[in-house]
Order: sequence, then structure tokens, then C-alpha cells
Amino acid sequence: MSEFFQQLINGLALGSILALIALGYTMVYGILRFINFAHGDVFMLGAFAGFYLAPKVATVLPLPSIGGGLAVMTISMAICAVIGIVIEKLAYRPLRKRPKLTVLITAIGVSLLIEYTCQNSHVFGAAPKSFPLLIPDYPLKLGTLSLNSNQIIVLAVTLALLLALRFIVLKTKIGMAMRALAFNPEAAALMGINTDVVISFTFGLGSALAAAAGILFAVNYPSIDPLMGILPGLKAFVAAVLGGIGNLPGAALGGIIIGVTETFVAGYISSTYRDAIAFGILILILLVRPSGLLGKKEIEKV
Amino acid sequence: MNIRHAKTILFGALALSFLVSLGANYFNSYWLFISYDIGINVILAVSLNLINGYTGQFSLGHAGFMAVGAYTAAIITNQFGELNTFLSGVVFLGALLAGGLLAAVGGLLVGIPTLRLRGDYLAIVTLGFGEIIRVILQNMNAVGGARGLSVMHGWTNFFWAFGFAAVTVYVVTALVHSTYGRGFIAVRDDEVAASAMGINPTKYKVTAFVIGAFFAGIAGGLYAHSKQFLTPGGFGFMQSITFVVMVILGGMGNTIGVIIAAVLLTLLPEFLRPIAEYRMIIYSLLLIILMLTRPQGLFSLKKSSVPK
Repeated sequence: MSEFFQQLINGLALGSILALIALGYTMVYGILRFINFAHGDVFMLGAFAGFYLAPKVATVLPLPSIGGGLAVMTISMAICAVIGIVIEKLAYRPLRKRPKLTVLITAIGVSLLIEYTCQNSHVFGAAPKSFPLLIPDYPLKLGTLSLNSNQIIVLAVTLALLLALRFIVLKTKIGMAMRALAFNPEAAALMGINTDVVISFTFGLGSALAAAAGILFAVNYPSIDPLMGILPGLKAFVAAVLGGIGNLPGAALGGIIIGVTETFVAGYISSTYRDAIAFGILILILLVRPSGLLGKKEIEKV
Repeated sequence: MNIRHAKTILFGALALSFLVSLGANYFNSYWLFISYDIGINVILAVSLNLINGYTGQFSLGHAGFMAVGAYTAAIITNQFGELNTFLSGVVFLGALLAGGLLAAVGGLLVGIPTLRLRGDYLAIVTLGFGEIIRVILQNMNAVGGARGLSVMHGWTNFFWAFGFAAVTVYVVTALVHSTYGRGFIAVRDDEVAASAMGINPTKYKVTAFVIGAFFAGIAGGLYAHSKQFLTPGGFGFMQSITFVVMVILGGMGNTIGVIIAAVLLTLLPEFLRPIAEYRMIIYSLLLIILMLTRPQGLFSLKKSSVPK
């Protein structure tokens, strides 16, 4: 039984990281109706930003410590928000009126460009790097359960970020503009909403969440490389589809489900098949309920 | 490509490739092997063009179908010892077709549940399918798992590679120019209007998928018997992307352009060896710049053949 809870905690930690990435996919999809393939790479850039920031932050704040860790995470979130906004401005904005396939191919191109540029020996290099210790790591004993303080931190930070996101989307003016744009872009523009600003903000917000996920991922699995974003990115996309793409609580729920399922399959069945699980779930959900668990069925109008 | 000349070109290409393969000993073996790669990549790009270009779907799993064909054909021919020329030809043809058919079955299995979906979902599902194939191959000890599989016979030659390339080009051209095949383009241009005209979009999409997968499987078999060593990692996402780049560079739905792009993109890495580290950076930049400035592809004279 204790192994069950152990796996559950592992799954929840992985799932909440996927949930943070999935939120970025789902927000962009909700507004622009396209998959930002480069989102997984922003997650990777977030982890690398943390890697290069840690020594700089260590000169000001003590590391590893809670404050220092949070400072690294906040700065890397800000950096990635800017990167996300720049990507949207340069690559996606000129194509906004073009066929969807064109934008999709561009997104794949951006993703490959980031991955291979970072793999270049003059940038980050292809070899994995070991991530510095940002937060003190305590083993926790809870009855027969042996936990790791990092997993608790992942869960706590994710929860805090989800609440913050909920506040932004539901209670602020720009959040209302985001929802209006997702509902009907033309009508929103007619009501005086500056769509470009809102779209930039959405990209920035999603990228910041991805960067936070990158840091949390690196804290838990302290080896980072330029291709680390591909699989979590794809799995997070599956999570977004599972929850109903365009639906924020759905993305969080989907992330948790994928993370827990994957961990249980790896723990109880076979760890070599873990990467195929998410795609199996994707095919299943598209067969049974293409609109996702919490999504509404869309009717195509002519 | 004009359909009236297609048959002449087909038989001409078949005869020419046979003649060249007879004189293969006179050629530099390095360039000979590259020429096989060209033939194989033409098959892959032209068959992917049927799915991505003519039918307007977006498949990112072509390497997965190729892997199915490669492993199937390799397992079959590995059962045989040394054979004389005629027998080896028969066995090889059988193995290639078996690989193609199994890949087509794979295409059917992925196609039926997923082709009701819109473009971006389809892209992810096909990508996921390619990854699932790779993970399964990595876990199958019977085919060497992650260590890879040696292929005993190096039977791929100029005749097989270019013969099948000619057949692929002919089949795809003849298909999209036939009365039935106009449906592919109709589905691409406007799915709703096409179905109002009595065309069943799902059926057409699945058909395109199955035919595309079949030829990808054949190309996989040829690849296996040219390289004589297979690893699951060789059929990853990046491989699929290379074929997508060929189709986009050539112009989606433009067979001649796609053939030119396939030839160029096979030769280019050979000349770019000194800067191999930058190859994928160049590819990805090319993709972005093309989409921003010339979405109809480099070799297309028409204004735009990109699906709306």
C-alpha cells in the first residue's frame, strides 16, 4: 500500500509539471486555435535559464534556499515570457490570417530552430548538464512513506501558480479580455479590445508557466539538455486535449491524469513503455470523446 | 505532370534504371549508394505528398510507416540464405510488398479513428503513432530492440530504388488525375463542399493515408536492404520532419517540385558535411522563411497550392 502512495505522489509531482505546460497550450489554442509546437522548447529554455542564473543569484542570495530558488524561478519566468512574446511577434503574427497548416508548419520550424540552435556547441551544447541545487533537499518520513521535500515543493508551487492564473483570468481586466477573445475574436476587437496586446500577454503568461514547469522539472530530475522539452511538451499537449483543449481547469486535470497514469504504468507494468502511454491515451480520447473530458462539443458552421 | 506522358515516362524510367543497374560496376560505389538514397527519398516524399499535399492532411508519422516496412522486409529476407539473382529478386519483391502491405495496415489502423479530426490533431496523432512504433521496436527483443537489427542481404540496387520511385510517381500522378482521384483535391480545397457533392471525405483521407503508408513501407524495405542495419532510433520524429521539409520545399501538391526537393535534400547533406552541425538549423530556418514568404514552395509556379 505504501508503494501505491509513493507512486501516487511521484505521479502527482510529474502531473502538476505537465499541467503547468498544458495550460500554455490550452490558452494559446483557446485564442488563436493553433498548436504552439515551440511551447515544449520554452519549457526547456526555462530550465536552462535557471541553470545559468543560479550562479549569478548565488552571489546575492544564499543558494540552495527557498528565497534563492524562488528568485531564480521568477527571473527565468520573466525571461521566458519575453521569449514567448518575441516568438509570437516574429513567427506567428505575420501569419495570423493565413491557413492553419501554414502556421502549424511554422510552429514546427520554430521548435526545431530552438532545439538545434541550443544543441549547437557554441550555444548550450548537446550534452546533458547537471542542474544546480536550488532548494534544500530533505528526505521526509511519513509513516512508512518516504517522501522528498522537492515533490512537496513542486505540488505547492503548482497550486500557487494555478490560483494566481485563476485570479488573472477571472478577476482582472486583461483576463476578461482573454476570455472575450477566446469567445469571439472579431466581436472582442469591435468592443475596443486591443487583440495584439492580449495575444502577446497570453503568450507571455503561457511561456512563464512553462518556464516555472522547466525549473520544477529540473529540480526534480536534475539533468537538463536541449531536447528535454520534446516529450514533456507532447505529453502536455495530450493533457490539454484530454481535458478539453481551450479549457483551463481541463488542462490541469489532464496533466494530473497523464502524470499519474504514466507513473503507475512505469511502476507496475513496464518502465520502457512509459513514453507510449500518453499517445495511447490521446488516440483513445480522440476515439471516445474528441472534445475532451471538460470540453464542449463544437459544431462546425459553414 | 501531364498524365498522358506519365506511362511513357514510367516505362522509360523502369528500362533506364534496369540498364543503369546492369552497369552498376562502372560507377563509384559511394555515389551509387547516395543514388539509392535519392530513389528511396523520392518514394517517401512523393507518397507523403499524396497525404499532405493533395489531400491536405498533415502527417508527421511517415518514418513510422517506413519503419514497419523496413523491419518486415528485413525479417522476411533474413530467413533466406544466399540465392541466385532470379530467386533473390522474387524474394526481395515479395518482402518489399509484404512490408508495404503491413505499413498500409498500420495506415488503416491509424487512419480510421483519427482522420475524422482536423489538421493539427491529426499531426499530433500521427506523430504519436510514429513514437509508439519506435517504442515498440525498442522493446522487441526478437528484432534486436534498441541494439538494432542487421540485414543480411544488400539487395537494393539502382533498378529497385528507381523502379519503385518511378512506380510511386506514376501511381500518385495517375491517381490524382483520375476521376476518382479528383476527390482528394476536392477534400483538400473544401471538405464541406466536397461532402455536399457526395464525396466521403473520411474515405478519401483514409485511402490517401493507406496508399501513402504502403509506399513508405516499400521505401523502408529498400532502405533496410541498402543500409543493411536498422535501429529504432533511425525512424524517429526528425526523420519524418525531413520528409515533411521535402514536401513543403517542393510545394505541397506539386509532384515534380517534390521530386526535385527530395533529390536536393538528399544531396545537400553530402556537400554540407563540413558544416553538418548546422544542417538542421538551416532546415528549420528554411521552413519558417518559406512559410512566411513562399508558402506554395520553392518550385511552384502557381500562386498558391496550399490548402486553405
